[in-house]
Amino acid sequence: MAAPTVAEPTVTEAARVDASPPAARVMHGRATPYLFLLPYLLIFGVFGLLPIALGVWLSLHQWDFQLPNKPFVGLDNYADLFSADSLVYGDWWESVRATATFTVASVPLLVVLPLGMALLLNRSFPGRTFFRAIYFAPYVLGVAVIGLLWRFLLDANLGFVNHLLGLVGLPSDTPWVTATPWAWVSLVGVTVWWTCGFNAVIYLAGLQDIPAELYEAATMDGASTWDKFRNVTLPGLRPVLLFVVTTTILASANMFGQSYLITQGAPGNETRTVVSYIVERGLAQNDAGRAAAMSITLTLMLVVVSVANFRIFRYQED
Amino acid sequence: MRNARSQIPRYLVLVVLAAVFVVPLVWMVLTSVKSYSAAQQSPPSWLPDPVSTYGYDRLFQPGSQNPVLLWFVNSMAAATLHAALVLVTASTAAYALARMRFAGRRLVFAMIVATLFVPPATLIIPNFLVADTLDWLDTLAVVVVPSAASAFGVFFLRQFFLTLPRELEEAAILDGANQWQVFLRVVLPLSKPALATLTVLSFLSNWNDFLWPIYVLFSADRLTLPAGLGLLQGVYIADYPVIMAGAVLASVPALVLFVLAQRYVIEGVSRSGLKG
Repeated sequence: MAAPTVAEPTVTEAARVDASPPAARVMHGRATPYLFLLPYLLIFGVFGLLPIALGVWLSLHQWDFQLPNKPFVGLDNYADLFSADSLVYGDWWESVRATATFTVASVPLLVVLPLGMALLLNRSFPGRTFFRAIYFAPYVLGVAVIGLLWRFLLDANLGFVNHLLGLVGLPSDTPWVTATPWAWVSLVGVTVWWTCGFNAVIYLAGLQDIPAELYEAATMDGASTWDKFRNVTLPGLRPVLLFVVTTTILASANMFGQSYLITQGAPGNETRTVVSYIVERGLAQNDAGRAAAMSITLTLMLVVVSVANFRIFRYQED
Repeated sequence: MRNARSQIPRYLVLVVLAAVFVVPLVWMVLTSVKSYSAAQQSPPSWLPDPVSTYGYDRLFQPGSQNPVLLWFVNSMAAATLHAALVLVTASTAAYALARMRFAGRRLVFAMIVATLFVPPATLIIPNFLVADTLDWLDTLAVVVVPSAASAFGVFFLRQFFLTLPRELEEAAILDGANQWQVFLRVVLPLSKPALATLTVLSFLSNWNDFLWPIYVLFSADRLTLPAGLGLLQGVYIADYPVIMAGAVLASVPALVLFVLAQRYVIEGVSRSGLKG
């Protein structure tokens, strides 16, 4: 964070800021820290670290839950994802295209719209807390609830959405969940409705961290509202913006429940996402080896995107 | 207020936006109290006339193949136990990382940071294998324990513990307390808001979890509510009052908790961005 530079901290302050106590102040037995860590590390080891190692190992084997032999196949599972004549090639890339389409369409909306909402709320007025709570409310509901709800609202015949469109004189027979591009509009729209309050709250906290003096100084310099937004608000929000962009990309790339419940992958498998295909391949079709290879490939793709993201934000800072 | 009239456009935008978020939820509740035939009307009527218990009657039908009430109880048990487990494991680990000095501290911290970059959905296949090996599939434990390894709780509490004034802990030590007593009697009471935040967020995330339960729970009487709701859609297809009644049942605890603990939820979400 771009903290304003201050005078050198005094010695006592420095000691307090330091996260690790100096050796002289250690006031516990040697085993104590490990005992405090034990319960967490037990769960973390079994369900956090072990699955990562196991995932790599699985991806190098032909792993069928039902077969006694699980032969080592080297990088064959990975090669299958990239060779056009393999069993999984077509479905895999169709799911990658689905996830990429969803991510590219949803992330800009989920970065920009919540910022507008946060700016709207970033002032003290009666009812502010109330409106913030209303905008955030859909986010506390699970994907099962919002999936069932929107599958109903988007129903072509009985749905509320087509009914409303009809009332204002627009076509009222759009097949929202059974044909593209409508299915994409639905999945993106529902996700924006569901999660934009979450990003708005994060932005709001970031906005409140920008010192009021900066705005006062800009006003005295005769800056317009737009100037202040560009030269004070946006630079002040940079760390928060990076966080929002990164976490939103990751969340969108992991989309599963919306397409599972609302479009059921339709039409065909066009809206079946990568995560959906991975669990189907791995758990329903007993092909854990290839599914693990897909998981790792997805993770690597996301690492590349995240690193690029950090680079772009740093580049802008220079 | 500076000038009431100049505020009118702002309130107009705020109210329209609020309607976008609220109307779908109101529609869900209204549909859940419609009769079957009223819900089949096209164009749909806004208000249920007459108000009908049809949806809830069918949802809770005794002897049904879909024991919805049991799913509700399972979800309550799972979310409560999960939140308690996160609270205990994350607070002790965070305290050690915030205040103690020991070999391997950096390594532990780095490992926890590293797992933040692994998309959780990609761990599903290996985690399924681990759960299978432990014979945990189709049990309560499988929806309570694995997700408790999340790094968020440890980060969040460690950050909070670092802001506490160290003097209080030192005074307690001088008075003869050991680390465990300091943690229980000094640190935890001072951390009530942060602990409340973590408890509420953990409860909600478990209450709402969908992807994991639908693959690791199989028996009708073991399902959690979200996993069961996914089935209802296939069973009742266009019988919307029943499906919406199910959605209402899953929403009410989450919304009530949010209203009661709004401050803590918002606080937790706000901080996740600032520390990122």
